[in-house]
Amino acid sequence: MRHTISILVDNEFGVLSRVAGLFSGRGFNIESLCVAETLDPKVSRMTIVTRGDDQIIEQITKQLNKLVNIIKVYDLTAEEHIERELAMIKVNVSEKDRAEVLSIVDIFRAKIVDVSPKTYTIEMTGDNEKVNAMVELLKPFGIKEIAKTGKIAIARSPKAVK
Amino acid sequence: MKINGAQIFIESLLKEGVDTIFGYPGGAVIPIYDALYNDTRLRHILVRHEQGAVHMADGYARATGRPGVVLVTSGPGATNTVTGIATAYMDSIPIIVFTGQVPTALIGNDAFQEADIVGITRPCTKHNYLVKDVRDIARVIKEAFHIAATGRPGPVLVDLPKDILNAATEFKYPEKIELRSYQPTYEGHPGQIKRAVDTILASKRPVIYAGGGVLLSNASKELKSLAEKLNIPVTLTLMGLGGFPGTHPLFLGMLGMHGTYTANMSVTNTDCLIAIGSRFDDRVTGKIDEFAPYAKVIHIDIDPTSISKNVRVDVPIVGDVKHVLKDMLKELDNAKHSKDVLKDWHEQIAKWKDTHKLSYKQNDKIKPQHVIEKLYELTKGSAIITTEVGQNQMWAAQFYLYDSPRQFLTSGGLGTMGYGFPAAIGAQVAFPDKTVIDIAGDGSIQMNIQELATAVQHKLPVKVAILNNRFLGMVRQWQEFFYEKRYSYTCMDAAPDFVKLAEAYGAVGLRAEKPEEVVPVIKEALKVNKPVLMDFRIDREEDVYPMVPAGQPLNKMLLV
Repeated sequence: MRHTISILVDNEFGVLSRVAGLFSGRGFNIESLCVAETLDPKVSRMTIVTRGDDQIIEQITKQLNKLVNIIKVYDLTAEEHIERELAMIKVNVSEKDRAEVLSIVDIFRAKIVDVSPKTYTIEMTGDNEKVNAMVELLKPFGIKEIAKTGKIAIARSPKAVK
Repeated sequence: MKINGAQIFIESLLKEGVDTIFGYPGGAVIPIYDALYNDTRLRHILVRHEQGAVHMADGYARATGRPGVVLVTSGPGATNTVTGIATAYMDSIPIIVFTGQVPTALIGNDAFQEADIVGITRPCTKHNYLVKDVRDIARVIKEAFHIAATGRPGPVLVDLPKDILNAATEFKYPEKIELRSYQPTYEGHPGQIKRAVDTILASKRPVIYAGGGVLLSNASKELKSLAEKLNIPVTLTLMGLGGFPGTHPLFLGMLGMHGTYTANMSVTNTDCLIAIGSRFDDRVTGKIDEFAPYAKVIHIDIDPTSISKNVRVDVPIVGDVKHVLKDMLKELDNAKHSKDVLKDWHEQIAKWKDTHKLSYKQNDKIKPQHVIEKLYELTKGSAIITTEVGQNQMWAAQFYLYDSPRQFLTSGGLGTMGYGFPAAIGAQVAFPDKTVIDIAGDGSIQMNIQELATAVQHKLPVKVAILNNRFLGMVRQWQEFFYEKRYSYTCMDAAPDFVKLAEAYGAVGLRAEKPEEVVPVIKEALKVNKPVLMDFRIDREEDVYPMVPAGQPLNKMLLV
């Protein structure tokens, strides 16, 4: 089963490599990984999406907790949480397609952030399904390039992971 | 007053109570060696290879319980420590390895003798550091010792660029440590401890299966109290030997691949397995699905990742073995129990013990088991024994009985050939008046034989008993049992003359070729106050029994 794990780590060089090395060394897989500083510049948050049965997920969280630079490990999967990805999609637009692409952008509440005579660059956020759905609809026009972040996530409860 | 990084390094070690370092100089650490010059507060043992230094620090740590300290240079000096670090990591041994590094401005430039040792050792250290500012040296050293020695202990590496060692700052050793992300759990959960006690009291066939964690937390006294209080038989892992007296009537012997018949049968038939500071290694469990099939499993370990990693656990207790055992003993004071409940179980165990003693068949050749029995007798069981890896290690585990903790030093997890001799030197440094013996094979001893010069230079009278069969014996045994005796590259025909070799180094060499020569050779070796190599020409194709073939359940043993 897919799990979304949120971890707070010391914002130091080498920490990403410790986390990535733990996953590769123990044969766990990473589907996506996002990392950025938190409000406290000494702390970063990583959001890791991984897969495994209960025993593997238990090992992953325990092993992460064991790393000296890791402050907190939180498996968000068990509770209500919000997940988002950001995608930037550069799509071909001929003159006749412009209106249709614009309406797709509208439907998905996305934005056009760059325009050239032959392309639109669309920015959109959403959960994985929404992003994929939009990509599917844009494919017939010809997607030139796509850049996506991994997933970031936050719990719905008022309680904070920190 | 400002002092330089090299001096801060030395002052910090002294603050940590270090008296000995094992090291090897080189370009990047010359500033430290310069500061060590004529400084009599630290004893420096000059090794002949950096791997030797790490095993020595490891042997020193295992024998004393205090962290071992290593100092080497950058590049090859650093990479040579990797096997030693991995050995200590697998066995949870507290050592701190200081490596020199090229000046910060050159890092990443493929400079002379540059290696990314922090990157290389990330997966085999408990933690590691690259120090980038002279003002961080004292704090990092404080943290390194703290991390190495607390929780589940392990090796920590600190990489020190040369310009940092030359830069100067005020020296102030931190009083406190602030590591919010590292807080080991020492106290076990009271509810779980109560559940464990109830489970034990309800059982009819309990067994204690204890490992290296008992030694690391200095809990052998508590373990003995628990076993005696409830009359529970005890088996130990290879790493646990000495944690419970080898001569105790409740001792079943070691369990696992080369464990005793009694230990393996007891674990297979137990209804309550009490795992204490042990981690269900594959060499212990055999086929995992058929390991302790009737047992409720209680598992005490300070490392949560060890719990439920390999086997399902009914009562997990995260905590330090000593703390948890003390709490269990307290809990037991209020509990009612009768020793009679275990009568049938003890009768069954006595039968197994009677019918399947560890044994071997004496012929006209020297038997390795006989050598170890004689070493045991002639040292009255009180020597510190180290081993290499393979048959020598298993015979040393089976035929020498260890009554005290920290008396048996062996590379259990990584299985590092070449470990025993430098580890013996490290133990001898810590205990100059004790008899320290490395039980070796002719293959293993050649992996760090150069340290003979270290022993001679520092007047460390370590004894080495080479069980010389001119084979890589354990691999040969597997080839005999499972590969139709196809002895592919396991025969070491061109072994050196170990007696002459010892003499060439300025040590003493002795040889025994017949069984009746064994005792005189051992007596002579124990008498000389110098390093001694004893070359025992043993029966070449002697095998280690019992043996559970890899992947088989523990009760499917090959017996003598």
